Amino acid sequence: MTEEIIIAGFGGQGVLSMGKILAYSGIMQDQEVSWMPSYGPEMRGGTANVTVIVSDERISSPTLSFFDTAVILNQQSMDKFEETVKPGGVLLYDPNGISKHPTRTDITIYKIEGARLAAEMGNTKIFNMVVLGAYLKVKPIVKLENVIKGLKKSLPERYHKLIPLNEDAITMGMKNVVKI
Amino acid sequence: MGELKLMKGNEALAEAAIRAGADGYFGYPITPQSEVIEYLMAEKPWERTGMVVLQAESEVASINMLYGGGGTGKKVMTSSSSPGISLMQEGISYLAGAEIPCVVVNVVRGGPGLGDIQPSQSDYFQSVKGGGHGDYRLPTLAPSSVQEMSDFVPVAFDLAFKYRTPVLIVSDGLIGQMMEKVELFDPIPRWTDEEIVEMHPWATNGKPKGGERRIMTSLYLDPHVLEEHNYKLQRKYAEITKNEVRYELLDAEDADYLFVAYGSSSRIAQKSVKLAREKGIKVGLLRIISLWPFASEIINEFTEKGIKGFLSVEMSAGQMVEDIKLAVNGRTKVEHFGRLGGVIHSPEEVLEALEQKLIGG
Repeated sequence: MTEEIIIAGFGGQGVLSMGKILAYSGIMQDQEVSWMPSYGPEMRGGTANVTVIVSDERISSPTLSFFDTAVILNQQSMDKFEETVKPGGVLLYDPNGISKHPTRTDITIYKIEGARLAAEMGNTKIFNMVVLGAYLKVKPIVKLENVIKGLKKSLPERYHKLIPLNEDAITMGMKNVVKI
Repeated sequence: MGELKLMKGNEALAEAAIRAGADGYFGYPITPQSEVIEYLMAEKPWERTGMVVLQAESEVASINMLYGGGGTGKKVMTSSSSPGISLMQEGISYLAGAEIPCVVVNVVRGGPGLGDIQPSQSDYFQSVKGGGHGDYRLPTLAPSSVQEMSDFVPVAFDLAFKYRTPVLIVSDGLIGQMMEKVELFDPIPRWTDEEIVEMHPWATNGKPKGGERRIMTSLYLDPHVLEEHNYKLQRKYAEITKNEVRYELLDAEDADYLFVAYGSSSRIAQKSVKLAREKGIKVGLLRIISLWPFASEIINEFTEKGIKGFLSVEMSAGQMVEDIKLAVNGRTKVEHFGRLGGVIHSPEEVLEALEQKLIGG
């Protein structure tokens, strides 16, 4: 199994940390992982993206042109990454702030109202965990228990009390992802 | 099995310095390697092992701190990125001349000049053809994963002390910034002062009773004496060339063509190998690990066996390709492909270059 993912959105949406938690979850189940962020001037322009690869084999290139899954969280990223999904692949997006919805017919498109659900749960910061939940429902590449273990590893100890909230957010995402 | 962590390449390198028993790190921040000094400052190794971490006032100062620290037989290290490494070249030449062990890490970014902060491999010439003045060489290791960013630090220190020479680790922004799984090696204790006295009789750690004064210098005003010193250095470089060539072969056994690449380009080329094999093209990868000494012998062997061609894949205008050509000496085709200025080539572009420049060409 090899899953090549791009997660893209605005800086501050938790794009990089969502990728990190996914990568940590992979490590928890003995897989190879890579996490390659955009770190250049484009990051300073407000958009952030990260390429995450989770695989049973040694990972070759940590940067890619095409992906099994694209998780898209703003319009700029939709413009840039819709076309990079491999035929037969998955595009998962949050319609919040999207004016031009994806149009491809050779991929499977899913929608998660992450921003709205996180706001309803009373904490917009767990937005990325709602999206992660949606992703894991569509692509169950890592087990939930390993995600929790990954969270414990990637969060400083003082935030461990927030793990149940994160778990709720993941569950919320899993329940509310919609195939289009 | 050691501790498993998800780390950036730069962080793994910094942690490895502490675990390798380094006595001192002297550096000056520059993107894309600032995480090295940030990690060290946050980790406070002076509390863990007694290791000193100092932000120098400039790169010029940090390299000269290595001269002082390394001269006393301590394990010392610095890191920077391309423009900062250029500033250090005078010091590196002095260190090579005075035969002072130390480790210098270059997390390469786009150039020339101030360039940009994206990954590049355009410092190959500077690394292996003498960035500073004089007849010297630096053993140069090129990690291609976060794991190797960690593993190569103790290897570099071993080489530095075995041969009494500065050793370079040449990485780039991609390897420095990405996170991967890394298995951390068990800590190696720092040498005690007594151990240093015993192991390194050349070190300037105080005049021994009844012994000779020790001087670390690269100044020899008598040309005949300097010539003798140079012959000594050349014998050492010959020894290193004989013993320290490092490379890795992937899918090379039945290959008609070989990609030759190091660092992040070798990761990308690995993907290109997969894509090519799916199309039925028999290509393999020669991953260069020691940029110097260079793997000329294995290139010669493949040439003798009748390989149809080599494609050097580097994020540069073609630097390592010259060393491949020297090893091949006109007997088969050698081409280069690479994007410039911090643009990372895609695995598809690399494959296309193989098809156009070697198979079709």
